[in-house]
Amino acid sequence: MSGHSTYEPNSPIERWLDTRLPIIRFSADLLAFPTPRNLNYWWTFGGILAFCLGVQIVTGVVLAMHYDPSGARAFDSVEQHIMRDVNYGWLIRGIHATGASMFFVAVYIHILRGIYYGSFKAPREVLWLLGCIIYVLMMATAFMGYVLPWGQMSFWGAKVITNLLGALPVIGQPITTLLWGGFSVDSPTLNRFYSLHYLLPFVIAAVVGLHIWALHVPGNNNPTGVNVRSETDTVAFHPYYTVKDAFAVGLFVIMFAVFVFYLPEALSKVDNATPANPLVTPAHIVPEWYLLPFYAILRAIPDKLTGVLALGAAIGMLFILPWLDRSKVRSMRYRPTARIYFFIWIIAVLALGWCGSQEPDGVVIPGAPGPNLIDYPINSVTWLSRISAIYYFVYFLVITPFLRETPLPVPDSLYTPVLSKPDAAPGLARQSVEG
Amino acid sequence: MGRPVFPLALLAGLLLQAAPGLAATTQAPPLDVHWSFQGPFGQYDQEQLQRGYMVYREVCASCHAMKMVAFRNLGDPGGPFWNPKYPNPNDNPVVKSIAKDYQIATIDSDTGDPAKRPGTSADYFPSPFANDIAARAANGGALPPDMSLLAKAREGGAAYIYSIVTGDGTIAPRGLTIPPGKYYDPYIGGDVSSYWSGNPNGVPTGGFIAMPPPLTPGKVTFDDKTPSTVAQEAKDVAAFLQWASDPKMEERKQSGLAVMIFLVIFTGLLYGSYRAIWRDVGH
Repeated sequence: MSGHSTYEPNSPIERWLDTRLPIIRFSADLLAFPTPRNLNYWWTFGGILAFCLGVQIVTGVVLAMHYDPSGARAFDSVEQHIMRDVNYGWLIRGIHATGASMFFVAVYIHILRGIYYGSFKAPREVLWLLGCIIYVLMMATAFMGYVLPWGQMSFWGAKVITNLLGALPVIGQPITTLLWGGFSVDSPTLNRFYSLHYLLPFVIAAVVGLHIWALHVPGNNNPTGVNVRSETDTVAFHPYYTVKDAFAVGLFVIMFAVFVFYLPEALSKVDNATPANPLVTPAHIVPEWYLLPFYAILRAIPDKLTGVLALGAAIGMLFILPWLDRSKVRSMRYRPTARIYFFIWIIAVLALGWCGSQEPDGVVIPGAPGPNLIDYPINSVTWLSRISAIYYFVYFLVITPFLRETPLPVPDSLYTPVLSKPDAAPGLARQSVEG
Repeated sequence: MGRPVFPLALLAGLLLQAAPGLAATTQAPPLDVHWSFQGPFGQYDQEQLQRGYMVYREVCASCHAMKMVAFRNLGDPGGPFWNPKYPNPNDNPVVKSIAKDYQIATIDSDTGDPAKRPGTSADYFPSPFANDIAARAANGGALPPDMSLLAKAREGGAAYIYSIVTGDGTIAPRGLTIPPGKYYDPYIGGDVSSYWSGNPNGVPTGGFIAMPPPLTPGKVTFDDKTPSTVAQEAKDVAAFLQWASDPKMEERKQSGLAVMIFLVIFTGLLYGSYRAIWRDVGH
């Protein structure tokens, strides 16, 4: 896609095909794609994510063969039919349900890697935006998938989240009614969520295609953030990164398998083993862990519409990040000050995640005095959410654009740091001596 | 990220009545019980499952349905009556004789009238009540929950069930007024403060349950001569309900072991390939 193609058709058939549909050339160029030689393990999460998407689609298609998307039968079709009677149904469902969490573990690491190493900066803004779109689509898909088993948390989670849209002025109510297929969450809601849950992964796959295309135009960023200058800075994607990614996928699958085989319930809520009941509200309606930070931001704000807008803005920050961070230095490896604020931001997001799982009036530091501030005690989950949410936005809107810092010297080329540790770079050291 | 511990309003709805102020819900942590199915290699104790099944059949089943479990499941691998001689559990004589003791609703093929026939291995456990309203009417307004997924649907699982059953009918501390038709249970989530006349800072933990204490010593006579104390009966039935919730656990853990061994070797080979391919490349 970028640079010239090195593919040579070797047989008459390949030459014939190459002038008609150069699909072999396309694949060969993908495999030969020049990739910076200094990518670390944080860069393997792209491959891991492609693997996750594949796993979710394959297991999902099989589950769809056994699942019944009607309000009356959905719960039994999962808990009785798939989990008990379908051959290896427990395994396919276990992989799919655990896989959603694994997908988010990987995507969060992938996003944090992108922020830390400045992978969103020019000329990779479109690549970054496409990634943000994939993330939003993933959240929508995961949310709708969580509704399908039609347990208590499925039902009430759907109710809470779809009700958020109702807070929007004018369009809120019509959109909610359309989404519900009626005037409350019920069987028609489940039907359309099922339909969309089957559709969106293929939309994600298409956007992933664009994401990879947009990656192959400027090429990979790398841990130094320094542009690739010459051919010696790179290695072919295959076999160098196919094997490294495969090894990383192997490690990831080991962790994945521990959850599937030994902790199948660890990532779900006990309420979801009880069929949906519109007449009984669970005491604590909590979304899945990967949505908790946004849920905490939503609840931190007493006004519903403002809360919904803040939730949207929190995700929106990622979209505008390329235009907020104007530092010429890409990698935070050479930005010690920015790095500190970034790590505090991660702590704030983790704090928000914890807050999202707790009750709003829960105590943060047990036993500590907590005078009331406005509506909640200062030592409460609500105030920790508010402080963390403020930092979340301040980080993007104030610290990132206006930070004054003195970056460390940036190496001339991406393999200068490699040369400084010759043990790790026998080949390169030899080359440079010879050269 | 761990599972947040939260008491369930659901429980309150199903088992309790009048639990004012859910925010102040308290409950004692489930008792610490050792189970044969704990840990990555833990399996069900088949004799325990058989005893638990007896407790279920003779005590629980008069009020609690278990509609996701079929008679044939009792003879599945890992189940209470699994016998390797009968790989198809429908042929298992124990399963067949259990099924035959039940009368299953059917339709008379000549007249079309509702009728009854003896159960077969393929049938599911019939529910004790025709519907939820009938179940509530017979149980003082409380709905006995279906037991198919009970251990999975309660924080604490089998230990919680054991605790609830043994804690049911605990002698209430002086100063606690127990509403008619209810029993005090320290292990169930609830808020008894409005029934408490003692020290306001010493409100007893737990709540009220509509189920009368279900087990008494000697209530069930075990075939294997195990003394039937309340603790033994409760532990066995909790183990049985764990199996009912998670009947594929043994298959899952056995496959898991093979998968883990494969993955570790495979990933080791990938690491070796990675080192070999990158041997002469600086990075």
